[in-house]
Amino acid sequence: MTITTSTPAAGKPLAWRRVALHAACLAALLVMLYPLAWLLATSLKPASEVIASLDLLPSKLEWSNYETALEGVNDVSVTRLLTNSLLIAGGAVIGNVLSCSLAAYAFARLRFRFRGPLFAFMIATIMLPHHAVLIPQYIIFNQLGMVNTYWPLILPKFLATEAFFVFLVVQFMRGLPRELEEAARIDGCGPFRSFFSVILPLTRPALITTAIFTFIWTWNDFFTQLIYLFSPEKFTLTLALRSFVDASSTSAFGPMFAMSVIALLPIVLFFLAFQRFLVEGMANSGIKG
Amino acid sequence: MTTTQMPTAASHKRVDVPKKPARRRREGAAWVFLSPWVLGACVLTLLPMAVSLYLSFTDYDLFNSPNWVGLRNYTQMFTEDPRYWRSVVATLTYVVIAVPLQLGLALVVALALKNMRRGRAFYRSAFYAPSLLGASMSIALVWRAIFNDGGTVDNLFGTGGWVNKPGWALIAVALLTVWQFGAPMVIFLAGLQQIPGELYEAAEVDGASRRRQFLSITVPMLSPVIFFNLVLQTIQAFQVFTPAFAVSAGKGGPADSTLFYTLYLYDRGFVASHMGYASAMAWVLLIVIGAVTAVLFRTSRSWVFYASEGDR
Repeated sequence: MTITTSTPAAGKPLAWRRVALHAACLAALLVMLYPLAWLLATSLKPASEVIASLDLLPSKLEWSNYETALEGVNDVSVTRLLTNSLLIAGGAVIGNVLSCSLAAYAFARLRFRFRGPLFAFMIATIMLPHHAVLIPQYIIFNQLGMVNTYWPLILPKFLATEAFFVFLVVQFMRGLPRELEEAARIDGCGPFRSFFSVILPLTRPALITTAIFTFIWTWNDFFTQLIYLFSPEKFTLTLALRSFVDASSTSAFGPMFAMSVIALLPIVLFFLAFQRFLVEGMANSGIKG
Repeated sequence: MTTTQMPTAASHKRVDVPKKPARRRREGAAWVFLSPWVLGACVLTLLPMAVSLYLSFTDYDLFNSPNWVGLRNYTQMFTEDPRYWRSVVATLTYVVIAVPLQLGLALVVALALKNMRRGRAFYRSAFYAPSLLGASMSIALVWRAIFNDGGTVDNLFGTGGWVNKPGWALIAVALLTVWQFGAPMVIFLAGLQQIPGELYEAAEVDGASRRRQFLSITVPMLSPVIFFNLVLQTIQAFQVFTPAFAVSAGKGGPADSTLFYTLYLYDRGFVASHMGYASAMAWVLLIVIGAVTAVLFRTSRSWVFYASEGDR
């Protein structure tokens, strides 16, 4: 594959244009990053400066905001909240990677009756609004005595309910050469062996993308947690932050945003570590369809 | 595990390996792989859809058994509930403002980055980052503070806090969506890079202006991607919850101006325990999203160009 960039006819104004483009991009970036800078600065501001001062930067770094934040909310420490968030996100990651790769292999490589209609149905569920199934799901989990546990947040992921990821992995598997499996089959591998020994290792990039997106989306999820969890000791960071929503006094601002920073940190770290997978994964979701 | 599987071409020569059981065994394997998905699709998708349709015709509070009320939930919703209509208006206004702004910005930035030689990967990642952070409660709280009385926007423009003004609060939420233009931008950029360079070279030779090239090459070649983004972002916009919840402290205010459909559905179903009413709302949402998607697909025939169509 060769990438041919169209060369603009005029050569002279090119350098000037390039500088202007970079300046525009940097300016846009600055505006976009402002909320993040504001968050970081406010998390370190003394209470008196949060509203009164117009400066973005705090006059002195108020680390006690973080100390207060670490104490947590409702007598539940941040360590506990963090563990809870990690538990849910970790369970969701394992569930999605397992169930979505299994289903994807069947759709991508195996023949079975009603494959076409079932695949179409699977695609359609990507667009299905969550709310259409929300209340009955709640009733089911309520009957199973699972409300106020983590099961309603994790179990659905083990049943490949996030069709977006099934689709993502199907697209990736379709791009793998068929010869490998044929060779495996001639060597006597059944579908299970060739899935675990041949296909799954090759699908790793798509599985990493699935894992990271699942982690971030579950980490950020608020609605499902709001519905299913109500004991403070089972709260996640997101739910704990919610209890600040009603607080109107600005004295809680520092600790609240210190906790917000803590809650965002894992996502930022994931982004910095895996940005290639994330950006490529997002890019591929649109064009291979 | 037995190892008697043969390539089908050879199998009919051998009498002891009948064709049918082998195929059936492979079909069986497929269902084993599919079983978690099938279970999920039945128990967590199809069954709940049917149940919520049934519940939408009942009065149900989760504790007493559902009480059949016929179409009452729907008639109440459409004729007697002003809050319902305010939530519809708020959601539609938000979708109509946020989606075009977000996609427009995404396209402009993608076009700007397309021919950039140095720094493209950096800008692409940096612009994409808000898409990952924007759905979080943390950012929603930041948004509320920045757009509140005495917040940055108030200080800059002297307009007062937007989150306390009907009309303006919705704009603040919409801007949070626009802020997350990175995801569609990355998809646009990938689409732009798939357009063969020869097309532009040929147009250059023919003396086509840049504007002409944009309208006659870029737009048609990119139209499937534009369509994909439009459908996806519209569906997502209908379901936004967290920012509206945070900006209005869970109440959808001021004056119900950020009472998004999902927020009101949550309020009816899980705060007021009117599960039947909330189910009816959910089904109306499902039908509206289905209808909007169908309309988008229908109009797409006249403006979306698939390059492979000529080969058929």
